Amino acid sequence: MEHMNANQVQNKMSTRIRKNSIAKGLFFLSTIFGLIILVILLVRVFSQGIGWLDWNFLTGRLSTDPEKAGIMGAFLGTAWMMLVIIPVTFILGVGTAIYIELYAKKGRVQSIIQTNIANLAGVPSIVYGLLGLTIFVRLMDLGNIVLAGGLTLSLLIMPILIVSAQEALRAVPQELSEASYGMGATKWQTIKKIILPAALPGILTGSILALSRAIGETAPLTVLGIPALLIPFPEGLFDSFTALPMQIYYWTLDAVLTEEYAYLAAAAIIVLLGLMLLLNSIAIIIRNKFQQRL
Amino acid sequence: MANNNDLNKNSKVNVREMIANNKEKNSLSNITEKLVPTLLFLITAVSILTTIGIIYTLLSEAIEFFRRVPIWEFFTSVELDPFGPDPEFGILPLINGTIISSLIAMAVAGPIGLMTAVYLSEYASEKVRRTLKPLLEVLAGIPTIVYGFFAFTFVTPILQLIIPGLSLTNILSPGLVIGVMIIPMIASLSEDAMTSVPNSMREGALALGSTKLEVALKVVIPAAFSGIISSFVLAISRAIGETMIVAIASGSSKDFTFDITESMQTMTAYIVEISSGDISTGTTMYYSLYAVAITLFVFTLIMNLLARYISRKFREEY
Repeated sequence: MEHMNANQVQNKMSTRIRKNSIAKGLFFLSTIFGLIILVILLVRVFSQGIGWLDWNFLTGRLSTDPEKAGIMGAFLGTAWMMLVIIPVTFILGVGTAIYIELYAKKGRVQSIIQTNIANLAGVPSIVYGLLGLTIFVRLMDLGNIVLAGGLTLSLLIMPILIVSAQEALRAVPQELSEASYGMGATKWQTIKKIILPAALPGILTGSILALSRAIGETAPLTVLGIPALLIPFPEGLFDSFTALPMQIYYWTLDAVLTEEYAYLAAAAIIVLLGLMLLLNSIAIIIRNKFQQRL
Repeated sequence: MANNNDLNKNSKVNVREMIANNKEKNSLSNITEKLVPTLLFLITAVSILTTIGIIYTLLSEAIEFFRRVPIWEFFTSVELDPFGPDPEFGILPLINGTIISSLIAMAVAGPIGLMTAVYLSEYASEKVRRTLKPLLEVLAGIPTIVYGFFAFTFVTPILQLIIPGLSLTNILSPGLVIGVMIIPMIASLSEDAMTSVPNSMREGALALGSTKLEVALKVVIPAAFSGIISSFVLAISRAIGETMIVAIASGSSKDFTFDITESMQTMTAYIVEISSGDISTGTTMYYSLYAVAITLFVFTLIMNLLARYISRKFREEY
């Protein structure tokens, strides 16, 4: 009768255990690989750009002389676009989410709308650029103004906002609306006074995150033909403009010719990332402040 | 007692008035009740109209393009020279560039994303997972223009030290950087799939003496396979649609080549290049934008539908 060889078993066990710990180390390394790259990227950008980030750079006009160039125009352009994007996406996103979640009959129509939104979220941003170019810039003959850029980016982030608003609406406990109906409130009264206020923190968080995605978008703007020329500061929705990411794009391309432009691009990236960080912090604060409620 | 009667009298009148008031109010609120759904439906219609708008604009302008350039030639020719005196419009160099950059990206993001997912779902403690996951998501939140800058001014020069023949603009560097960008996508979606594998299955395998590695490779990954594959497909779709990184770091060579140290153009970068130049409406070059864009659109749409199909069709229910 053969017996199991204790040595053999021991050997096999220890190889398996060793394999496990090697794999664990490898998996951990992969996990922090992305983070290491992130740190390198940030350190690199900051070390290149921080020296150029002064008052003159923040408030100055665009200039062919790197020493004098500033990003006020691009910053204003981005700010004006945000003024278009915020109301438009908010109305489109929240309105659609309310309709799908609370009004649409479950079934065919709802699933068509839902599938459509999922597909829209997967469309490359550059395709939205072509849509904006065709509809807003050419067909409606707006030209490459703030309004056209803002509307294009609004459509781009609309699916993101719809999905997060839907989640926020779904998270409102059923009992709240049932209690409201029980008191004799109508559907819209219930939505306006009970469901929306309860879902608002979630919706706001989603909106701000979507907005932060929008201000970093470059590809659609390149298609719209947004320039980075010496144009006057935009003063309204119908002015030509340039935006922060466009400015970074052109400076990066120019870096081949003059090295200083790389530093300008890095400094502009710091401003852009700072703006996004600010928006994200606001979103996190809103979420933390209101999360405990319900 | 008299006082009480008075009060009753008064309240009776009040109730009547209240009912009358309410009726008046109700007729107003009845209108609102009917108007609101209609209004919301119109808002919802915008998302449908956006899809129709995308398909209609791309298709109508692309059809105009195919009147000038035979569709057969467009999809089979390796010659692309829109600016030449005798312009050529073959999309194959662009499709080639797109596929190669996506393959490079997936060579980075596939293994690293999957290993990250395994670590987060099988090895990491709850506390570690909660710190690492949001940090990884920061990576996905960095604007692509920043990655483009990084690829062009940092990754390419470093690669040039390792590969001497590397040109200033090449497909390798943006491919690698796109890979880094989509790691969080694969990691996060695959991890979701792995987390939804019931613990009883892990415990069963562990009780039989398996190591955690064996549990991960032989139980969790097979069980979560459809979710993992669908995360890969979605990531490929993201890589195909990625624009700024390749537009900056890969240059604008329209040669049909497989040499990853050379400049190549993707479909997205072509659209950026052509539309950034001030082209006038009506030229063949202008219409070629739409022909390329609809090809890109179809590519990503198929990928997205495929991802959803896989995760729905092959999901193992426990």
